[in-house]
Amino acid sequence: MEQLNVNKSYEEAAKTWEGDFLFVIETDAELKDPATYYVDLWHGKCRGVALVQPGEDRKAAFIYSGQYSNWKKLINKQIDPIQGLLIGKFKLQGDMAKVLRAVRAAKELVETAGKVPTEFA
Amino acid sequence: MWWFTSPNIAFGEDSLEQLSAVEGKRVLVVTDPVIRRLGMLDLVVDELKKGPRAIEVFDQVEPEPSFENVEKVATVARGFQPDLIVGLGGGSCIDAAKAAWVLYERPDLKLEAVSPLTKLGLRKKARLVAISTTFTGSDANWVAVLTDKAHNMKLDYFASRELVPDLSILDPRFVLKLPREATAHIGLDALVHGIEPYVNQWRNDFSDALALHSIRMLFEYLPKAFDNPNDLVARQKMQNAATMSGLAAGNAQFGLAHGTGHALGIAFHMSHGLSVAISIPYVIQFSRHAAAERYADIAHVIGIKEESFDEATDRLVERTKDLMVHLKTPLSLREAGISQSGFEQNIDGLVENTGRATVTFVNPRVPDVEEIRKLFVCMYEGKPVDF
Repeated sequence: MEQLNVNKSYEEAAKTWEGDFLFVIETDAELKDPATYYVDLWHGKCRGVALVQPGEDRKAAFIYSGQYSNWKKLINKQIDPIQGLLIGKFKLQGDMAKVLRAVRAAKELVETAGKVPTEFA
Repeated sequence: MWWFTSPNIAFGEDSLEQLSAVEGKRVLVVTDPVIRRLGMLDLVVDELKKGPRAIEVFDQVEPEPSFENVEKVATVARGFQPDLIVGLGGGSCIDAAKAAWVLYERPDLKLEAVSPLTKLGLRKKARLVAISTTFTGSDANWVAVLTDKAHNMKLDYFASRELVPDLSILDPRFVLKLPREATAHIGLDALVHGIEPYVNQWRNDFSDALALHSIRMLFEYLPKAFDNPNDLVARQKMQNAATMSGLAAGNAQFGLAHGTGHALGIAFHMSHGLSVAISIPYVIQFSRHAAAERYADIAHVIGIKEESFDEATDRLVERTKDLMVHLKTPLSLREAGISQSGFEQNIDGLVENTGRATVTFVNPRVPDVEEIRKLFVCMYEGKPVDF
């Protein structure tokens, strides 16, 4: 969240963006327990993030989901977030056209996530 | 993984005759008044009349069709209930046919909400045939570029593999009457359709093969087709090469020259072919280091001997500009007649539209906002890109 909120490129690209996300990390051979993160994005800023607890009923305008191994590839820039959708590595619930009108913001979001030191389990 | 998608393609002399063999009893032909005036519509209707068919014609497609224009086509389709739609013309007619087909079969959808993830479920009511009268490449790809007047932008994500026509007919008779300036600009657009997918981030082995061969053909035959409009061989080769590069771009995406090109089209009503043609030398310079080996491959395919990637790319830019000069195509926005004040008034819009175009983000080097601005300044003044 901190990284995103100091990213001026993201702020400019997403200055008109309104819509929160649930990022769902699905299980696969490498991950036994799924995880879901809620990210509140509004006009170029991240207003909050939260790990969704099991059983918690959290809604969002967009749900971006994929298997853990694909999330790793995304963070490591081995998969493009849009192309990932087109080949079924990720799924999006929500207005895809709206996301496609904000591709720069989506790319900056992924870039920022990639800058966070991450240790994969 | 990725896919490769292509229509069936009937190409060469008399390939129009394949149209009469296509199933369809109620045929809607989507075209524009120029095509009618040139007699090309008559050729198509005569072919269709070889079987028992009802034929309806919509001949008011606008250049770079708007949502409103497409809606008019769809209204005719809903009334006539075709089982076959024929897009006859350049990219605008074929794109209008694609988009109207969607609205006809899916009246529940709005054009701006359609994306590559939308399951359209087409072909329950009609199939689509594309007959290109230019060198558009739209007959072979899964995109329709529409103009969203309300938001002053080109919609470049109206796309679905379902939109690839069932049949593309490349009969050289249809490109014989293409005027010289259109030959030049649309031919250069076809060249950009080959260059961009060869270097961009979504490139693949299938698109590579088509891209390189189409580039080779276009450098050879575009000047010939321009110099001698009656050169049937050159025109036929151009037609085939344009569909091949359209396939390459359709299966690997376009790039930054299309991002800047669409923005120029919106701002100055510049034809698509001219706008991407002016853009491409500058985009090559901007992108060179991110795709050095790739640009060098292109250079070598057209006979440039320099081994170093840098020198080969420099020669490629020179050869592209030489081709543009041969085709009497301006090399800068200033040379294209855009005034200094007009450029300054529109630069913010140019930057914004380029910055949100999806094609910008598959370019080998993705520009930030300031770099887009500097790129347009270079394009205006005719200065090399050195940042």
